[in-house]
Amino acid sequence: MIKISRDKLNGALAKIARSCDLFLPVKKAGEVNYGKFDENAEVSLDTLKTVKSAKDFFFPQSETMMKFKLSGKNIEIEDIRKQPEPFVIFGVRGCDYRSFSILDNVFLQEPVDTFYKARRDAATIVTLACNKPETSCFCKAFGIDAAEPQGDATGWLDEKYLYLNANTEKGEKLLETVGEFSQPDDGKAVEELKKTTREITAKLPYSNIDLSRFKPENLNELFNLPVWNELSEACLGCGTCTFVCPTCQCFDIREFKTDTGVNRFRCWDSCMYSDFTQMAAANSRTTQMQRYRQRFMHKLVYYPSQYGGTYSCVGCGRCVNKCPQHLNILKVIKKIGGRKDD
Amino acid sequence: MTNENLIPRIGVITDIRRDTPDVKTFRVVGTDGKKLFEHLPGQCAMVSVPGVGECMFSITSSPTNTEYMEFSIKKCGCVTEVIHSLEPGQQITVRGPYGKNFPVEGDFKGKDLLFIAGGIGLAPLRSVINYVRHYRKNYGKVVVVYGSRSKDDLVDIEEIKNEWINEPDFQVYLTIDRPQEGWDGHVGFVPAYVKELGLDPTMTAVLCGPPIMIKFTLQGLLELGFKKERVYTTLELRMKCGIGKCGRCNVGDKFVCKDGPVFRMDELDELPPEY
Repeated sequence: MIKISRDKLNGALAKIARSCDLFLPVKKAGEVNYGKFDENAEVSLDTLKTVKSAKDFFFPQSETMMKFKLSGKNIEIEDIRKQPEPFVIFGVRGCDYRSFSILDNVFLQEPVDTFYKARRDAATIVTLACNKPETSCFCKAFGIDAAEPQGDATGWLDEKYLYLNANTEKGEKLLETVGEFSQPDDGKAVEELKKTTREITAKLPYSNIDLSRFKPENLNELFNLPVWNELSEACLGCGTCTFVCPTCQCFDIREFKTDTGVNRFRCWDSCMYSDFTQMAAANSRTTQMQRYRQRFMHKLVYYPSQYGGTYSCVGCGRCVNKCPQHLNILKVIKKIGGRKDD
Repeated sequence: MTNENLIPRIGVITDIRRDTPDVKTFRVVGTDGKKLFEHLPGQCAMVSVPGVGECMFSITSSPTNTEYMEFSIKKCGCVTEVIHSLEPGQQITVRGPYGKNFPVEGDFKGKDLLFIAGGIGLAPLRSVINYVRHYRKNYGKVVVVYGSRSKDDLVDIEEIKNEWINEPDFQVYLTIDRPQEGWDGHVGFVPAYVKELGLDPTMTAVLCGPPIMIKFTLQGLLELGFKKERVYTTLELRMKCGIGKCGRCNVGDKFVCKDGPVFRMDELDELPPEY
């Protein structure tokens, strides 16, 4: 383990940024989100949660997939994919780090999504332990340890130092890069930090929320619960929850015409939208209740059924903070989770 | 499957046949004049007109056709409307094949087969019926019950009349919804006709057509003693990626593009009714 004192941190980050693109939580227009490091960036490693999740790095909100040139009856396809340059993401919290493996299950499963995979392979991920998880955090319910996230390297911050430990070869290389700014550490301070974080986490109101009823074998029983009507009543179908969610992976593929042809792109989409399942002649989900139910059934029942029991939620609490109607996955879990008598 | 799952190939439309007032069948090859890719009966492909959109269609031609692929496409939305306006020589894009096929080398082998189709529902069945005709010895007797709104709405009627009815141990029953001048065949809806025919419930059945037809035909088959484990159908939902990632065709713990479109009726019983 090494440590870098806070006054040398900027120098260390600048050194990383000279070798490849470095992304980390940056404050811009009053909000903290992942942004590219440069000397003017207002780095904010102490902010607990970025507004948007870290999924953009591998599954961007919008990306051009290919271009078509049209002439007469002929079409030419231009494959515009390039091998991405290596890059570093610094300061990923345990919840967001878990979300990568949830997305991996979908995008890296055969047939592999090569757009996603290329970016995934190019990344070095440095996670950052949480110091003060807040009330909307419930990562512990999904078995995530906010005190010791994984990744290529793990970081801990206290008032004086950033402590770093390498977990992979990529991580060791990164620690070498910042070697001149660092000194060895015996790990005692980190043990204290971990202990404090775990104590705070244990006392959070939703850390032990009961998920026991969300099991694949209860699929039809849960689908048919009348309580979905009540739960979804206030839903506006705005899709904010899906856009801030680190595990929502639905996308649309669309095209637009350019001066020289057609660009095909994909972008995030939301199962909360009324035209998500609209076909020429039919729509399989015509009410907001059905769409609301789909989102939570997918996260808590369908996905676990497909991927060995893993829930497609990391307890980051972004939907809890951002839903304009104060609806969120916690309300669903509380209402349905452990009850057997509905 | 090509290495690139989301990047399509270029196909050339070499022939267009008008089947019915709103169904045309498009013959497609690659730019080298050869078949674009191999598939199995029941599998689908994403066809697009760049600048208009991309849609999933079942591959109507049989895998045993080594020269080209065919898509029977009903005009019913903005993409299919443009596809219907295309002319031979036009290039389109095609990617696939996608999805699970009918178990022609599994459960179907050696069995008596009953195919029931309504309207454009014949499109996915034509692929498997012609596959069965090609490997005729591998299967038992074949019964086809096919109905449409009118005699003008029967897809592939030329192939049915000129080829299918001449096959040995191969019965074809056609019906149209309402009486029509020039039609001396059966009149009535498919589900009722199926019950009238008193079909042998030991056959393995494949149903394809509008949801309402499937619902009532299945009821009829169950009354006749058919078992759900031996009745197959195909589902159709909105799709974008075709490889189980975009989330659009998700029903329960299945993706129709990847885990379907072919399902057994007992498998559908396990899924929430959102299809």
